[in-house]
Amino acid sequence: MAKTDIGPPDYKTMLPPVIERNYGKWLYHEILQPGVLVHIAQSGEALYSVRAGSPRLVSTDHIREICDIAEKYCDGYLRFTSRHNIEFLLDNKDKIEPLIDELKSRGYPVGGTGHAVTNIVHTQGWVHCHTPATDASGPVKALMDEIYDYFTTMKLPNHVRISLACCLNMCGAIHCSDIAILGIHRTVPKTDNTRVPNVCEIPSTVASCPTGAIRGDMKNKTLTVNDEKCMYCGNCYTVCPAMPIADPDNDGISIWVGGKVSNARSAPKFSKLAIPFLPNNPPRWPEVVDAVKNILEVYASHARKHERVGEWIERVGWERFFSLTGIPFTDQHIDDFDLAVDTFRTSTQFKWR
Amino acid sequence: MANSDTPLLDELEKGRWPSFVKDIKQAAQKSPMAEDLLRQLELSYKDKIGHWKHGGIVGVKGYGAGVIGRYSDRPDLFPNVQAFHTMRVNHPTGWFYKTDTLRKLCDIWDKHGSSLTNMHGATGDVILLGTKTEHLQPCFNDLSDAGFDLGGSGSALRTPSACVGPARCEWACIDSLDICYNLTMTYQDQIHRPMFPYKFKIKVSACANDCVASIARSDFSIIGTWKGDILIDQKEALAYASTIDIQKEVCDLCPTRCMEWNGKELKIWNEDCTRCMHCINLMPKALRPGKEKGATILVGGKAPIVQGALLSWVIVPFMKLEPPYTELKDLIERIQDWWDENGKSRERLGELITRLGMRVFLKAVGLPAVPQMVKAPRTNPYVFFWPEDIKKEVK
Repeated sequence: MAKTDIGPPDYKTMLPPVIERNYGKWLYHEILQPGVLVHIAQSGEALYSVRAGSPRLVSTDHIREICDIAEKYCDGYLRFTSRHNIEFLLDNKDKIEPLIDELKSRGYPVGGTGHAVTNIVHTQGWVHCHTPATDASGPVKALMDEIYDYFTTMKLPNHVRISLACCLNMCGAIHCSDIAILGIHRTVPKTDNTRVPNVCEIPSTVASCPTGAIRGDMKNKTLTVNDEKCMYCGNCYTVCPAMPIADPDNDGISIWVGGKVSNARSAPKFSKLAIPFLPNNPPRWPEVVDAVKNILEVYASHARKHERVGEWIERVGWERFFSLTGIPFTDQHIDDFDLAVDTFRTSTQFKWR
Repeated sequence: MANSDTPLLDELEKGRWPSFVKDIKQAAQKSPMAEDLLRQLELSYKDKIGHWKHGGIVGVKGYGAGVIGRYSDRPDLFPNVQAFHTMRVNHPTGWFYKTDTLRKLCDIWDKHGSSLTNMHGATGDVILLGTKTEHLQPCFNDLSDAGFDLGGSGSALRTPSACVGPARCEWACIDSLDICYNLTMTYQDQIHRPMFPYKFKIKVSACANDCVASIARSDFSIIGTWKGDILIDQKEALAYASTIDIQKEVCDLCPTRCMEWNGKELKIWNEDCTRCMHCINLMPKALRPGKEKGATILVGGKAPIVQGALLSWVIVPFMKLEPPYTELKDLIERIQDWWDENGKSRERLGELITRLGMRVFLKAVGLPAVPQMVKAPRTNPYVFFWPEDIKKEVK
């Protein structure tokens, strides 16, 4: 019988000796070039981190290749970041350039540090999820191909955190990203009355609806959906498999902007709706790629140094954001959920464009 | 050349960014599961719809979490992914690895699964992406023998995660790694046996830059901070003057405007500082967090489902965090007890507090109301008073 509840391997056994010696005693760091950090300890010792991009969905052979590289240059020590990058950890400065050369020759992008686009946090999509409104890895790959140079350089006003979730469940909590790409459904779930009695618990399905659109039909042991109230979140489907919501003709992607997690300067904030709907157009989602690239480039050319996307928009105003990006403003942009009125303008101070 | 079975996905092998399609194809060389995954994904690209059914209840002996059931809705076409369950493996805190550990993981997954992974999933676990039901227990046995354990899923404590913290970062105000590991080991039962109304997430960031997005995506957010003055090395500050415009880039962007640069010396009015990290981020050689270190505790953060997204709210402005973290664990357990007692099915902590009121929550968990908890006091006059505040007998 296997041992249970042993917990994960102790991280202390995974730390390179230079970290063990200087744990908690770091003095400062610098970014030597895109993708290369140096941390200097009180002892004077240096730790170099070389950051490389990853598709996140990786095969065991790909992991072994990463291991080969880490063994060749880093005595077998590496880590992954909270945004799915790989970091090779070294204490020998002379090995940095050969390591980067090898990474580049094997097709690894080196970068993602400082004022750059770093790796896109994303979900499973059609690869492995039962509720997606779009794929995840595909749009991410298509977009990163297009904005690759923003990963390998540091020429933006500040960090740009891009995230993608393939439905409103938002595994990965993308709702506070500079640019969030969110899969959405746009049609009501199709209740399968023959299956509901066997596979669904009616009270919990009713309770799952944020807008109270679902009612129990106890006589027929099924459920009814008020189409007017449904905003297609798919939460009922999570609870009740007999209410499928995916719709190939109407599912797609929405774009949200201006969120941040860090407390630096301005408080953490949610991303706000920029584009309510773009079509699913595999394999390369050109509409989505163009839209994100446009927002990124308008930000890059208009924001002041150190302004995050949301800070820039708040300074110039949302009316200016829409006019600069050329994104049409629609009634979908005006909130109608709880606390919606908090977002309505209650002053006569605004810009014409 | 023969026509490819996967013309749409083949398009995603092109381009400069590393391709997940290449990884799936690489795995398909040795795993029929990965091969059918590739073909099913191609069908999704053609149909513009997912082809996975709802998960059933599958797992390993003694656990109610850690395995996500997944079945193909076209087993007739893709029999090798008829069942294709995910295993979540709790990552070493901070995502640090020695390669021998990673290689062990790869060998086990080649033996039992699709040879495909996510490094890592959104919550932090290593995601072993897809295997058959009969492989789950043998795979877990091998993982356990190699020193790994499963992470959380469902209405359980989800695998806690932490930023890189004192292992590499000079800004760490708390030992985020030790706190995370300690909580993970303390709460193994809560991680593996779902016992709550819904999921519960704990994330630890060692400073206000919040590299694990604790404030946005954890029910219980631990974020390092300090009391007292920012430590200044004036010589290093002067050195920065040659590379950055200190007044413009540092002082003028300070949210409380509590700093001034006169060309030689940096002055900080620390009583006005809100510890946002901007100045320290820009001048790490010259500025350091103050000496008295601890954490701000916030609760309620979550993504939209069900009642809308929330950012965590401050409930303890400052808590010292040193092993064995008794005060922290007491607070976590008091909060979970109240939530467990009062929460409806699939109601996150933040939603419960919204429904019953922060006032009720604070009283239940024994925390005093302090101004640090709010952006501003209420503007409406619909004020409740506790019965004990009201004189019972009318004179």
